[in-house]
Amino acid sequence: MKILGVSGSLRADSHNTALLRCAARHLPEGVELEVWDGLRDIPPYDEDDDVDPAPQAVAAFRAALAGADAVLFSTPEYNSSIPGQLKNALDWASRPHATNVLRNLPVAVVGASTGAFGAVWAQAELRKVLAAAGARVVDGEVILGHAHRKLDGDGVLLDDEARAQLVEVISALADAVEARAAVAA
Amino acid sequence: MSTIESTNAAVLPAGTWQLDPVHSQVGFAVKYMVGTFRGSFSPVAATLSVADGRASLTGEAKAENVKVQEPSLISHLLSPDFFDAERTPDLRFRSTDVRVDGDRIAVDGELEIKGVTKPVTLTGDVGEQITDPYGRERIGITLAGTIDRTEFGINWNNPLPSGKSALANEVTLDAELYLVKE
Repeated sequence: MKILGVSGSLRADSHNTALLRCAARHLPEGVELEVWDGLRDIPPYDEDDDVDPAPQAVAAFRAALAGADAVLFSTPEYNSSIPGQLKNALDWASRPHATNVLRNLPVAVVGASTGAFGAVWAQAELRKVLAAAGARVVDGEVILGHAHRKLDGDGVLLDDEARAQLVEVISALADAVEARAAVAA
Repeated sequence: MSTIESTNAAVLPAGTWQLDPVHSQVGFAVKYMVGTFRGSFSPVAATLSVADGRASLTGEAKAENVKVQEPSLISHLLSPDFFDAERTPDLRFRSTDVRVDGDRIAVDGELEIKGVTKPVTLTGDVGEQITDPYGRERIGITLAGTIDRTEFGINWNNPLPSGKSALANEVTLDAELYLVKE
């Protein structure tokens, strides 16, 4: 089972990317997590460019989503919402609507911030966007406030409760993938 | 208003009648913010069977065949927030009792949406049987009723700044059935 990790932050030392690396250390057997690093390359969405073939970076993102069994998003919060570049990438991914690669794809959302609130509003916004695109948004969240004190550079989560929540989210994601496979069988 | 009698399919013509999907319409309407949001399912299938003074009506549609004015909404409608079409692709109706009084019809039945089956009563009109220009026997039936979508696990909403919900729970179902005799 392959989970794609998508961080909403471009920063090299991003806490959200670190949270995904942490998730990769706590996977059930048979599950792998690959952190996608193409967010920076996605061009601004322009319907004039939304043609076949898609811009290379967009095609690569769509292929990465299509090749994954599930996606784990980790998002920071900018001005009470999700980063513009993450929204922009999802706008590309959601097209064309009728056949977009997010439809029915199990997804989960976690988030980290250096403030107290752990990107909780951004997480809610991201779930809304993903649901509107047709993804299966699984329950469960990690609201990691004060992330700079709870994550070390190697992706080790020092907060026991947050780590347990993260394990639970990954488990829910894996369950949704298995339920989907059962429907298809 | 006259009382609808118990089963009296004698006024429904005997035979097996299949839905003409080209002209029939099976729609829904739900209050959304300041107006009414409408959609439909197309194609749908339905069969009216009338024999020995009893009638039964069955129908089915695929969730993926939901139609709304703005196609970009369909991904959301098919998602777990609404029909969850991947896990529960079928919508079904099966009558348990059909009552006819003159040109009025009432149909009790079981409606399955999103894997949940609930009783529902639909009422409407029965038209006169005709022969169409191509020699086929036709009869028209309209049916309407209301359901609470949350009873079927369709709970999505969006709060308004007032705290009220944008989308109503009560959904009106409205069917215009063109039936052709086998």
